[in-house]
Amino acid sequence: MMHSLLSGDHPRSRALAAVLVAIVAALALAPFLFPGTRPLDVAAKVCVFVLLVASYDLLLGYTGIVSFAHTMFFGIGGYGVAIAMARLEAGWTALAIGIAAALALSLALSFLIGLFSLRVKAIFFAMITLAVASFFAILASQLSELTGGEDGITFKVPEILRPSYRLLEEPLLGVTIGGRFATYYLVFFASLALFLALLRTVNSPFGRVLLAIRENDFRAEALGYRTVIYRTIANCLGALVATLAGALYAIWLRYTGPNTTLDFAIMIDILLMVVIGGMGTMYGAVIGATLFVVAQNYLQDAMKLVSGATRDLPLLPSLFHPDRWLLWLGVLFVLSVYYFPYGIVGKLRLMAVARRLRQ
Amino acid sequence: MSADDDARDALPQARLALIPPFIVLAIALAGSMLIGSTSTWVTLTVAGLAMGLLIFIMASGLTLVFGLMDVMNFAHGLFIALGAYIAATVIRMLAPAAAENDLLSNLSAVAPALAAAFVAAGLLGWLFERVVIRPVYGQHLKQILITTGGMIVAEQLILVLWGPDLLPLPRPETLRGSFVFGDIALEKFRLVAVVVGLAVFGAMLYVLNRSKLGLLIRAGVENREMVEAMGYRIRRLFVGVFAAGSALAGLGGALWGMYQESVTVGIGAHMMVLIFIVIIIGGLGSVGGCFVGALLVGLVANYVGYLAPKIALGSNILLMVLVLLWRPQGLYPVSKS
Amino acid sequence: MRPPARAAQPSEPRVAEALLELAGVNTHIGHYHILQGVDFAVPRGGITMLLGRNGAGKTTTLRTILGLWRASAGSIRFDGSDVTQLPTPAIANLGIAYVPESMGIFAGLTVRENLVLAARNGPLADARLEWIFRFFPALKKFWFLPAGLLSGGQKQMLAISRAIVEPRTLLLIDEPTKGLAPSIINNLIEAFGELKKTDTTILMVEQNFHAARTLGDTVVVMDSGRIVHAGTMAQLAADEPLQMRLLGLSLEVHQ
Repeated sequence: MMHSLLSGDHPRSRALAAVLVAIVAALALAPFLFPGTRPLDVAAKVCVFVLLVASYDLLLGYTGIVSFAHTMFFGIGGYGVAIAMARLEAGWTALAIGIAAALALSLALSFLIGLFSLRVKAIFFAMITLAVASFFAILASQLSELTGGEDGITFKVPEILRPSYRLLEEPLLGVTIGGRFATYYLVFFASLALFLALLRTVNSPFGRVLLAIRENDFRAEALGYRTVIYRTIANCLGALVATLAGALYAIWLRYTGPNTTLDFAIMIDILLMVVIGGMGTMYGAVIGATLFVVAQNYLQDAMKLVSGATRDLPLLPSLFHPDRWLLWLGVLFVLSVYYFPYGIVGKLRLMAVARRLRQ
Repeated sequence: MSADDDARDALPQARLALIPPFIVLAIALAGSMLIGSTSTWVTLTVAGLAMGLLIFIMASGLTLVFGLMDVMNFAHGLFIALGAYIAATVIRMLAPAAAENDLLSNLSAVAPALAAAFVAAGLLGWLFERVVIRPVYGQHLKQILITTGGMIVAEQLILVLWGPDLLPLPRPETLRGSFVFGDIALEKFRLVAVVVGLAVFGAMLYVLNRSKLGLLIRAGVENREMVEAMGYRIRRLFVGVFAAGSALAGLGGALWGMYQESVTVGIGAHMMVLIFIVIIIGGLGSVGGCFVGALLVGLVANYVGYLAPKIALGSNILLMVLVLLWRPQGLYPVSKS
Repeated sequence: MRPPARAAQPSEPRVAEALLELAGVNTHIGHYHILQGVDFAVPRGGITMLLGRNGAGKTTTLRTILGLWRASAGSIRFDGSDVTQLPTPAIANLGIAYVPESMGIFAGLTVRENLVLAARNGPLADARLEWIFRFFPALKKFWFLPAGLLSGGQKQMLAISRAIVEPRTLLLIDEPTKGLAPSIINNLIEAFGELKKTDTTILMVEQNFHAARTLGDTVVVMDSGRIVHAGTMAQLAADEPLQMRLLGLSLEVHQ
């Protein structure tokens, strides 16, 4: 059953499998294991970003496309939900309408971008997506009537998901079974389902063609595969999943704004996560997103300690200032590209292969 | 096939090459009609030219590096930022000379600031090419990732060294204010920017068209392999061209910081979007195209900024889309053999 | 890594001191094993023709000699030195000029600039230029125009002129007559005929058998990445069954 659930794409490394099981278990039982608002927030963010990064891995790792427009689709999902819920009666219908509209817009945009730019060199495509994403971000902040401008939109969610709602009157195992609980599990299960769907996609014949295109697009074209079409489909799929991730994130935060979705910093974060985790593996997204989100929230506390401890030395306090956590992740990112091109997942798998060869 | 038939083909091509400069003039004229007041139009046009030329200084290195070495340096913005920060620091140290109302004293403050920015960015560029870029020649995917990563690390290091606060970069005393001709006020510094920009363009054209080095670069942009087959070790040029491009970016950054009169860490990243637009419009690898593209972007940004401020930031992206629809390879594509 | 020694083929001429010697050269491009043990020698002076069907590996051979593609095995000796691992500019500076199949013209540079760049050892020699203009008058006419505006034939003339604007020891020329009108081909044959009288050695890949037969002194035939025949052109021209077997066509056929 595991085999078909994972679409035949096993971790292929005991260490990796163990880590993955630990992460999934922690996320599945998060409300019970980590009581408190902040840890649950971190867990929900991990779920969303695993999905977002996995959808980006489809583009980067499997199809070999570098796009800087992924946050745009993330934002479209968030804003779709936010605008629908703010303007219409805040119920499930409005949610459905918002998500559907967002998906439609993402599909149209990714299709156009794909068809137009995927014929050209990778670098050209990267620059164009950068420009398009910037344009969208500007649009979002300028059309403040619709999008709430810089402040974003706060909105109500359907009743079951509201924090004040109670499914059970009494807490179960010390945890309040209410709106937050329901929302968390909505996010968790949706992310899990979509992740497994992505895994299924990359292990299908379609996924294999993508890999062939990534390895040698001339050859793939010669073999009869219209690479533009495959790349465009991959582009659209990635965009659609990113949109859904954005919708989920908006539902969790009950808010969407330019800084939670469209900020270029988030695009950079995605790149970091996918490279450090491992490109072209899907599981890399899980590892990378978990590592990153946890670091983002808890590494800074650790750095504050170091910064305080080195207070009297030159330069070191600044280097270890909690705001500079991105510096260290950036260094890790650069080192990964040079020395661990297959990221943590790749390294673990290589180690497993080496161990098997020695036996 | 007679030789005369071929000569006739030469003319249409030459005519096509003149169209883009006419576009610049056309936009300027359109601007004058839409804006109405002559004085405002002159101010905006000078501002547009100044901004355009500063962008040209910053962008020219990037397009040449891409054309010659097939390397797209997404970290180019860091040289811009470094130049701006170093200039700000140097000018602060020479503040008394900058504050005096005497051109020579001012120059004795500004020249070292600009020179320091130029040299520092050039040195960092040299180092960057050897350490970061060289291992990933020919691997576009890795280049994009590495240079983006490099940009992140560099930005953070700037924050470590200079802190997150905005750094003032005041203009020297004699370059403040404007020349006034009747209704029209022309900011002195903008005129300086125009002069420096034209000087850089002139120098680049001279080197590219009148020196053997320029010949090598132009040939290398078209067909690197053939240049090597002719006995030239063109790879030795790479680090030099990269460093020169970075130095120019630093100079541009310093001037831009002075134009804005302040420097923040985002100055590099903020310019990168505009720079990408400029080099895409101009045609990757073409210095002339970069020049025309930069003027277009500068003028459009200023005109639209006055006429319809809401869409000002997006107008240049629209411009890029329009140009690409007309000429998908940019205004002056380099014929790669 | 030297392959096991082969018995000398009966038609191989006894070469005193060959200018260029390839021994056991293998070249891989990606997964493809293009050259599978190429052995031949180019004698000093005159024109050696490198013939063979499409895909035999002729262009790959030229590129490997010049170092544009690295030989994965074997050795290449030029004028007494081993050039197998040298970078391309170093090999070129030993006195080799290259005219690729695509001509390699710098379209954005003028005709003059193309030649100035090719004359890496000093300014353009007037005598040499006069000689070039005699054969290729179009170059003088388009002197200051961008080379991209030249016709196909004129570009080929420019490409060849670049290779001879200074004296070189060896010219590697890849299909110079490809896609050209017959009158221009005759022009080229004339020019090469003149060139033969100088010290320059030429290794030429040609599909035009008439040109090959007219100009070639020695001939080397390739098939599937290996040499299948080496000898004098006179020998091959006299042996029509051999021509049919090696090339599928008679050398008398005008292309």
